[in-house]
Amino acid sequence: MSAEVPEAASAEEQKEMEDKVTSPEKAEEAKLKARYPHLGQKPGGSDFLRKRLQKGQKYFDSGDYNMAKAKMKNKQLPAAAPDKTEVTGDHIPTPQDLPQRKPSLVTSKLAG
Amino acid sequence: MWCFSQVKGAVDDDVAEADIISTVEFNHSGELLATGDKGGRVVIFQQEQENKIQSHSRGEYNVYSTFQSHEPEFDYLKSLEIEEKINKIRWLPQKNAAQFLLSTNDKTIKLWKISERDKRPEGYNLKEEDGRYRDPTTVTTLRVPVFRPMDLMVEASPRRIFANAHTYHINSISINSDYETYLSADDLRINLWHLEITDRSFNIVDIKPANMEELTEVITAAEFHPNSCNTFVYSSSKGTIRLCDMRASALCDRHSKLFEEPEDPSNRSFFSEIISSISDVKFSHSGRYMMTRDYLSVKIWDLNMENRPVETYQVHEYLRSKLCSLYENDCIFDKFECCWNGSDSVVMTGSYNNFFRMFDRNTKRDITLEASRENNKPRTVLKPRKVCASGKRKKDEISVDSLDFNKKILHTAWHPKENIIAVATTNNLYIFQDKVN
Repeated sequence: MSAEVPEAASAEEQKEMEDKVTSPEKAEEAKLKARYPHLGQKPGGSDFLRKRLQKGQKYFDSGDYNMAKAKMKNKQLPAAAPDKTEVTGDHIPTPQDLPQRKPSLVTSKLAG
Repeated sequence: MWCFSQVKGAVDDDVAEADIISTVEFNHSGELLATGDKGGRVVIFQQEQENKIQSHSRGEYNVYSTFQSHEPEFDYLKSLEIEEKINKIRWLPQKNAAQFLLSTNDKTIKLWKISERDKRPEGYNLKEEDGRYRDPTTVTTLRVPVFRPMDLMVEASPRRIFANAHTYHINSISINSDYETYLSADDLRINLWHLEITDRSFNIVDIKPANMEELTEVITAAEFHPNSCNTFVYSSSKGTIRLCDMRASALCDRHSKLFEEPEDPSNRSFFSEIISSISDVKFSHSGRYMMTRDYLSVKIWDLNMENRPVETYQVHEYLRSKLCSLYENDCIFDKFECCWNGSDSVVMTGSYNNFFRMFDRNTKRDITLEASRENNKPRTVLKPRKVCASGKRKKDEISVDSLDFNKKILHTAWHPKENIIAVATTNNLYIFQDKVN
């Protein structure tokens, strides 16, 4: 993501530039805001916390899956992009897409 | 003067996810050391009896028992994947020949019994030695079965399973000083259990807002007071610690004490709240103090003073000018733990580049050491490390930009009585000892 050059300095931005001299933290904040101008106003707030609470959520609807399989017949179902993080839209997860959740049958290497 | 003692785990750099160590804990005597990993396995090491002849080092830790504590699950009702990663292990004080520990993943706590078997009965009348039944008509004489010694076998069995009490992810468990009850804490709630009762638990803290849109903070850690069985604390993602007294009411939503350091509003930045989030809280053995770990520092609080910590130690202040990158690579959300030594005079916590830090509360001196296989001859004294924040880097110093942020030491433990420490890198366990003599 390329760094975006800030617009002509307003009074607020002037203060921010002054702060850069005194606070490394504020300098880092300015850097971040330059890269992600749409970053939420409430940093530690709801969005971030809610994402934390939703850890582990995986969506698979067997009805959708079977309907899609029936419709497509022999054709392949639309597969996920290799670097997907969330399942959305047209993509119907297949058993191959979901990571295998098998318990470790191997003894820990710490005990080796 | 700290010396290398042992290192456990694979040498290769390609780390399997299951091998990532997620918790380390000594038992109350220090004789046993337990580790939990992301693959849901527990490995317990036992210190060998001290060899009186080799008095220059204390006993080594060898594998005592290993078992699969938790397995991955899928909650079909909520479409939720439940990781088998062991979040915490806590030992019960020893009451009889067997050892007991609690281990927990995100959703389920288990009580494990670890027992030794070193003799077996032989000489049955109705059974052969291999277990086959004898024809009763061939029995002409009777004998009394006797116990004969056998090779030591250590068995782990799950004695209690405490399930279905947490909607959110369990981050802490803590055994009460009454040795009968314990608490488990998730992001929004804390439950009180009796060790004998698995089908019921009492909710003692609930910070879930009626409207989840209003959620502003979560519980990050919780611990019972070491001596007062009615007192516990819990820390939050906003950098506060609440002390609660269970005698005051059944639901401890109103704290008895609120520990919070005032913040200068002009210093506030986007990162302020994130780096103030407390990742660990630990009472001192004395019960007079508690220690908290946030992203950049360790703070010691006197339980009698709520408005500020009595001591603050900077772990890696040089990272303050790197917060932007640390936010982008998610390192800013790393949860470091901290621990006290047996006499509460020194505290320890981990950092990046496989560095860990110790702060002596009396001398006010601190030291940075590295867990690395480079100095792995027993009794090699560890060389102190130094990070150069900016400007001219001296010889032997490491510049901030050369630090490996994938090598994090999140979990450390200190032997309750001796100067022996266990330090976990991503997939290796290091044991260091203070130089004797």
